[in-house]
Amino acid sequence: MTIGTSPPNTAGTRMRRTSGGLASVLRLRELPVTLALIALVALTYLANPLFLGQQGMKDLLLNATIVIILAVGQAMVIITRNVDLSVGSILGIVAFSTGTLFVAVPGIPIVLIFLAGMALGALLGSVNGFLVTVAKVPSLVITLGTLYIYRGLNNAWAGGTQYFAGDRPDSFGALSVDTIAGFPLITLIAIIVVIIVAIFMASTRPGRDLYAIGSDPEAAKLFGIPVTRRVLLAFLSNGVLAGLAGVLYASRFNSVGATTGTGLEFDIIAAAVVGGVAIFGGSGTVVGAAIGALLLTTITSALTAIRVDKFWQQAIVGLLILAAIVIDRIARIRTAKKLRHSEARDV
Amino acid sequence: MSNPPTELLPTATNKSGTRSAGVPTARGRTGIARILLGRDTVMIYALIVFIIYAALFIPRFYSPVSTGFLLLDVIPALLIALPMTLIIITGEIDLSVASIAGLTSALLGVLWAAGLDIGLVLIISLLAGMLAGAFNGLLVAVLGLPSLAVTIGTLALFRGLALVVIGDNAVANFPPALTSFFTSKLGGTGIPTVMIGVVLVAIIFGVVLHLTPFGRGLFALGYSKEAAIFVGIKVVRSKFWLYVASGSVSALAGIYWTLRYSSARSDNASGLELTVIAAVLLGGVSIFGGKGSIPGAIAGVLLIGTINFTLRLGRTSDVVLIIVTGTLLIASVVAPSIIDGITKWLHTRRHRRTLPQASASGATRATASGVQEGK
Amino acid sequence: MTMQFIRHTKTRRTRRFLTLAAVAVSVALVASGCAAGNDAGTGTAAEGDLSITFIPKQLNNPYTDVVLGGGKDGATAAGFAATEVVGPLEASASSQVSFINAETQAGTSVIVIAANDPDAVGPALEEARAAGAKIVAFDSDTNPDYRDVFISQVVAKDVALIQIELLAEQIGGSGEIAILSATANATNQNEWIKFIEEELASNPEYAEISLVAKVYGDDDDTKSFQEAQGLLQAYPNLKGIISPTTVGIAATARYLSTSNYKGTVALTGLGLPNEMRPFVKDGTVTAFALWDPAQLGYVAAFAGKALADGTITGAEGDTFEAGDLGERKVGADGIVIVGPPTTFNADNIDDYDF
Repeated sequence: MTIGTSPPNTAGTRMRRTSGGLASVLRLRELPVTLALIALVALTYLANPLFLGQQGMKDLLLNATIVIILAVGQAMVIITRNVDLSVGSILGIVAFSTGTLFVAVPGIPIVLIFLAGMALGALLGSVNGFLVTVAKVPSLVITLGTLYIYRGLNNAWAGGTQYFAGDRPDSFGALSVDTIAGFPLITLIAIIVVIIVAIFMASTRPGRDLYAIGSDPEAAKLFGIPVTRRVLLAFLSNGVLAGLAGVLYASRFNSVGATTGTGLEFDIIAAAVVGGVAIFGGSGTVVGAAIGALLLTTITSALTAIRVDKFWQQAIVGLLILAAIVIDRIARIRTAKKLRHSEARDV
Repeated sequence: MSNPPTELLPTATNKSGTRSAGVPTARGRTGIARILLGRDTVMIYALIVFIIYAALFIPRFYSPVSTGFLLLDVIPALLIALPMTLIIITGEIDLSVASIAGLTSALLGVLWAAGLDIGLVLIISLLAGMLAGAFNGLLVAVLGLPSLAVTIGTLALFRGLALVVIGDNAVANFPPALTSFFTSKLGGTGIPTVMIGVVLVAIIFGVVLHLTPFGRGLFALGYSKEAAIFVGIKVVRSKFWLYVASGSVSALAGIYWTLRYSSARSDNASGLELTVIAAVLLGGVSIFGGKGSIPGAIAGVLLIGTINFTLRLGRTSDVVLIIVTGTLLIASVVAPSIIDGITKWLHTRRHRRTLPQASASGATRATASGVQEGK
Repeated sequence: MTMQFIRHTKTRRTRRFLTLAAVAVSVALVASGCAAGNDAGTGTAAEGDLSITFIPKQLNNPYTDVVLGGGKDGATAAGFAATEVVGPLEASASSQVSFINAETQAGTSVIVIAANDPDAVGPALEEARAAGAKIVAFDSDTNPDYRDVFISQVVAKDVALIQIELLAEQIGGSGEIAILSATANATNQNEWIKFIEEELASNPEYAEISLVAKVYGDDDDTKSFQEAQGLLQAYPNLKGIISPTTVGIAATARYLSTSNYKGTVALTGLGLPNEMRPFVKDGTVTAFALWDPAQLGYVAAFAGKALADGTITGAEGDTFEAGDLGERKVGADGIVIVGPPTTFNADNIDDYDF
């Protein structure tokens, strides 16, 4: 099918075994989060049928849309054994720039808005990637720095200015109102993003390289994988997706300004981790991350819908993250066992 | 895949990067030599230079009033930075500190409002912090789960519990004698009375880290877990107690926060974890573990605190502060790497030129440096 | 071995030097920032001149900007030599304290503050007073012990009544309603909510209206939006929402206008005409209320001047001239009322620009 599935060299043999093991881990990893989501939705529906009513479904999907896109981007970065804490700040700057563009250039085509937002995101994301790969400093530190810097720039630029839904054309706002087959347009965009990135990660060479880098950076280098370029690619893609999320934020919510997107970073990482993306890289899928995002945003809506004290919400999210980490550990131990068994058979 | 990663912070450069190159040499240093030569020292110089600059050129800065306000502002970050330094030196991290402070604050408020004796309330709050730290320790040290992920989880969990405990309410009517104690100053020096306690805690952490075998063990742990086990360090126990210490000190910070502002709320100290980590890293503590010092970390906290304070005195917007914090953080970690890169490049170029007529010693040097680069 | 050591130290030294250089550059950056800030504020030091500083709940908030605009005009008109605006970027309880401290140190004559938490700012304000500053609370009161006067938008009860009146009219006098407020600790909102609850309980006209929920959007656009959404799902029979905060009403209006509930669920509260205009035009909102926020800042500045001059002490019965707005009187508990609320609807909304 593609070059990636049957690499001819010796490295490939190792990789194939890894990805074989990987596949079973993934199945195991995504299962709990998917089951949790189904159980949550079913129980909430029983308690309050409105939860899955036409408007309820729509709200559920809309709430998840932006988090899904961010979680998919973050998953790409985490898989390479890195992290990007600056996504909330990137989203904020892009959302504000979207508001600014509509006011500064009346009648600007919406396609251009999307391109501009994604380009700005790409720029900010690649600054992260560049600093991480060239300066060889851990991404945690670099992106903590850019979290502050991007937020500062956003504040400096926006000041007290905010742009409201009324400042943007109705057709742009309609993206998060109109639906096709029950799916809001911006949710469809998110689904397309998930599919494209999932295919990229699973069956293209660069995508699979990201897993190899995350599993073992040393080995990846030895196999001749261009580690720097690939890591840069992951950060850049994450920036593009954060930019896209920023544009969609401007479409959905009322105001964009200096503080838009503050404090999102841990929620996004949490979504990826809950979705089975291992924090040390090398395993997990973007589909899992997307489901994780859907689960976390659904919890919020579900608790409100069944009138559970919303104060419990954050504690529950915390427990879910911890559960995901434990499940990840169990999955690892199982895979290790299986590998040992199959190796024993090979001998 | 099959063996779980031993290094504890996600980075593609940990093994292959240049930072680990100097390990064999640096490890031979004693605590004092490290203090005199490390990057943390630069932060202390920078702090002193900045304070002198501010005293000379910033109107109203040079006064005991400044000392008081400035210290009152930085105490929570200063406290939490101490255990954080130790934890980062072992190669782990604790993102849940601010949430533990928030949880303590909420508990303090609710118990006090329920009419318990204030002494008892303080003890229970402190114990709650220790317990929260022990929970982190259990997951990270005993179960061996990744601290970054675990403490993102407990960051949400503890803050969530704070909300469960106190909800959207605020408790404000603490005993005036107690709250005024927390803002009182030592005579005319402007130094807050509570600083005595803070200095004491700082000394304890400094002594433990730099002057005890346990502290040296923490450095060893940060370099290599295997080596640490080999030289007889009780990895699980050390890490566990570090998290307990982190929880306890975070609780102290939470108590301080509550009584200084006489307001117990669930959102107290939120976001403080990032400020503390930024300050600690700025103070020369390496995120890879194995490097750093308490004086450096304190200098990092004070530098950010002082810049912050002078900006406010000059009525400059916080926006500038945010940008400066980020830039300082990146500059302080990127600069050494870039310098390393340049020196290495110059070095190899020089070698290429001298290698053809290489003497015996030249060849040795090439090998030695080759080893050092860790490539 | 020796070679290795030498090389190592050398790298270290260069490294250290460059780190120092990097730090120096950043420090220089800060320094220039400070210098710029100082130039703006040096007027405060001049002998005998009065200075005034406004500390809003948070900077970069459109409502606050209007209030501060009026405040600056008022300060100039009242004769202050220097006017400053400082404040946190996030509206958390303790974030205002270090700004108050800085003003204390600057020897500012009048501090005008909208408190994020009535108690958290207390000790800092006490210190400011001890240093000679006069404290004017506006928009959101502090604990009365900590300030000289409180400039209130309107009579708290009037604000509460006009909102419930508007909503009752819009839902036809019966049904379930909910409140979407700012933070749970916000002094002003809580007072209005209390009056709304009392009115619902006591006024027979509202006997068939029941308040089923109070939720808090923390004056955050995203959070308010999602709280609005949650309300409608959790309470399917909801007929109307009152949002006594400008951020909350705009976010709720945005949600309603993009959902099936548009036109079936009524919304009113306190909003800025400029923010609410599209929702009034598209029929999501029929009518809402607000006072003129600029007047709030304006009166606060004059109150500060009167306090600093010693014309008033903040005692009940004191009066002072508030420029174009005429004489104002200090009422019980040191409260000064600015003016009656205005109701905005499709007919008059285009007459206002704030």
